[in-house]
Parts: sequence; structure tokens; C-alpha cells
Amino acid sequence: MSNIPYILEDRPDTGLNNSKLGIWIFLASEVMLFGGLFSAYVFLRIAAPEGDFDYWGSKLNVPMATFNTMVLITSSVTMVMSWASLKLQQFDKYKMYLGITILCALAFLVVKYFEYTSKFEYGVYPSSSTFMGIYFTLTGLHVLHIIGGLFVLVYFWTKQADKMWEENQDLLANRIEITGLYWHFVDLVWIFLFPILYLL
Amino acid sequence: MSKETDHSIEHHIQTYIRVFIALGFLTVVTVAVSYLEVSFIEAFFLAIAIATIKGSLVLGFFMHLISEKKAIIWMLAATLVTFLILMFIPLIWHTDSTGIY
Repeated sequence: MSNIPYILEDRPDTGLNNSKLGIWIFLASEVMLFGGLFSAYVFLRIAAPEGDFDYWGSKLNVPMATFNTMVLITSSVTMVMSWASLKLQQFDKYKMYLGITILCALAFLVVKYFEYTSKFEYGVYPSSSTFMGIYFTLTGLHVLHIIGGLFVLVYFWTKQADKMWEENQDLLANRIEITGLYWHFVDLVWIFLFPILYLL
Repeated sequence: MSKETDHSIEHHIQTYIRVFIALGFLTVVTVAVSYLEVSFIEAFFLAIAIATIKGSLVLGFFMHLISEKKAIIWMLAATLVTFLILMFIPLIWHTDSTGIY
């Protein structure tokens, strides 16, 4: 792994290591992915019959979504604390903070599961209305991002992380910084999804 | 992010906790303002303004953009421009009557 150049050390031309440049380019593409869907939301809302989005939006569970917002914010701070712990050579604290981040991700998914199933029980599906179509598309894509991130978080919580820590501490800290950037982005997307879908 | 010393990391931790408290507070504010009796446009801009402040805190401090290299800042600036174009396409369509029968 160490044979791949510029994973940890900065490239002279960009002033960045490739891991960080790579994740930021990926996140820029993610901005355009979610941006397209946000744009679709605005497009559909403008074209929808008056009161349609208000009616269907009122069927969403605001307390559950508020709770999930707090959960994601907590997971973001524990994620960055896990990176800081590695920088301070405190591996046990790293495991603890990353463990809390994983629990937060699971809690978010459990709440989302109850939110979705309560809709289905009342016969509300993506096909029920334009609002529900864009709601399930946006939140569903976001949930897929949470699940994807969760796999990476769990990987860095297993024995693999212990091994990496023993072999190359800087490499693990770099990996966690990169994972953190992705995780904070997922939080960032939710920060905008929450008011647009649940509160407007 | 530049190379860190233990002292600067501990300083960062204090900042992370302050940002966490600010994000929690702003989430409460977001929910509270949604109960205000204002027009949709006002509610929309209020919600987006608060979300932008929250997003800036996450980007600036948790994602360390505040101390990041220029290459990333320029790349994100280009992304922001294309994102805004994408967001304004529906509005241009809405205000343009060409082709409407």
C-alpha cells in the first residue's frame, strides 16, 4: 500500500495528498448529484397545484426528523473527535468515538425505518404524490449514503484498524480524516434536506 | 489541513464542542421559525439562511475548510457556481413564457 505515491505526503503541484484531493473531487460530484435533485424539488414545487406540497409535507413526522438531525450532528462531532484522538495518539478514545459514530448511524437508520414503514402502513408510497416521489428519492439516496458510510466506519472499527495503527499510524489518521470528510458531507446534505422537506 | 501539534489539536477539540453546541441550537431555531406565521418565500429564505449557517460551520470547522489549501477552495468555488446555475434553471424556466401556449 505504501508503494502508491502521494497517499500521505503532499504532491508538489497540488500541495495536497491524493487521498484528500480525491475525496474532495468525489464530494464535488456529490454536490452536483444532490444539487440536481434539489433543483428537481424546486422545479416540482413550482409546478405543483397550490397547497399540494403543504398537504403531503404535513404527513411527515417532524419530531422524528428533528431527533435524526441531532443524531447526525452528534455523529459528526464524534467523527471529528475520533480523528483528533488519533492525532493525540489516544487509540482507545478513537475506538470509543468511532463506536459512538457507528451507533448514531444505526440510530438514524432505525428512525428512518420507522418513518418509512409508518408511511407504508397508511398506504403512502413514492407513487402517492409528486411530493412523496421527491421525498422518497431524496431521503432514500441519503439513506444509501449513510449505509455506504456505515460499512467504512465499521471497517475502521474492526481489528483492521488495530493492525493499521500498529503498522502505520499516519496512514490510519489519514484514512479517518478522509472518511470523516465523507461523513460530514452526509450530515451537510441532511442539514438542507430537513427544513426543505419537513418544515416548509 | 496542515501538520498539527498536540496543543493545536486540543484547541481544535474545544472548537468542535462549540460548533456542536451551535449546530444543536440552530436546529432548535430552525424548527422554531417554521411555526412563524410568514409567507412561503419568507419561510424558505429563513430556513435556507439557517441551513447555510449550519452548513458553513460543518464545512469550515468539521471539514477543516477554514485552513484548507487553495486547490480545494477553487475547486469548491467552481462547484458552487455550477450548483447555483443548476438551482436557477427552474426559476429561469418559470419566468420564461416562451413556448407556453
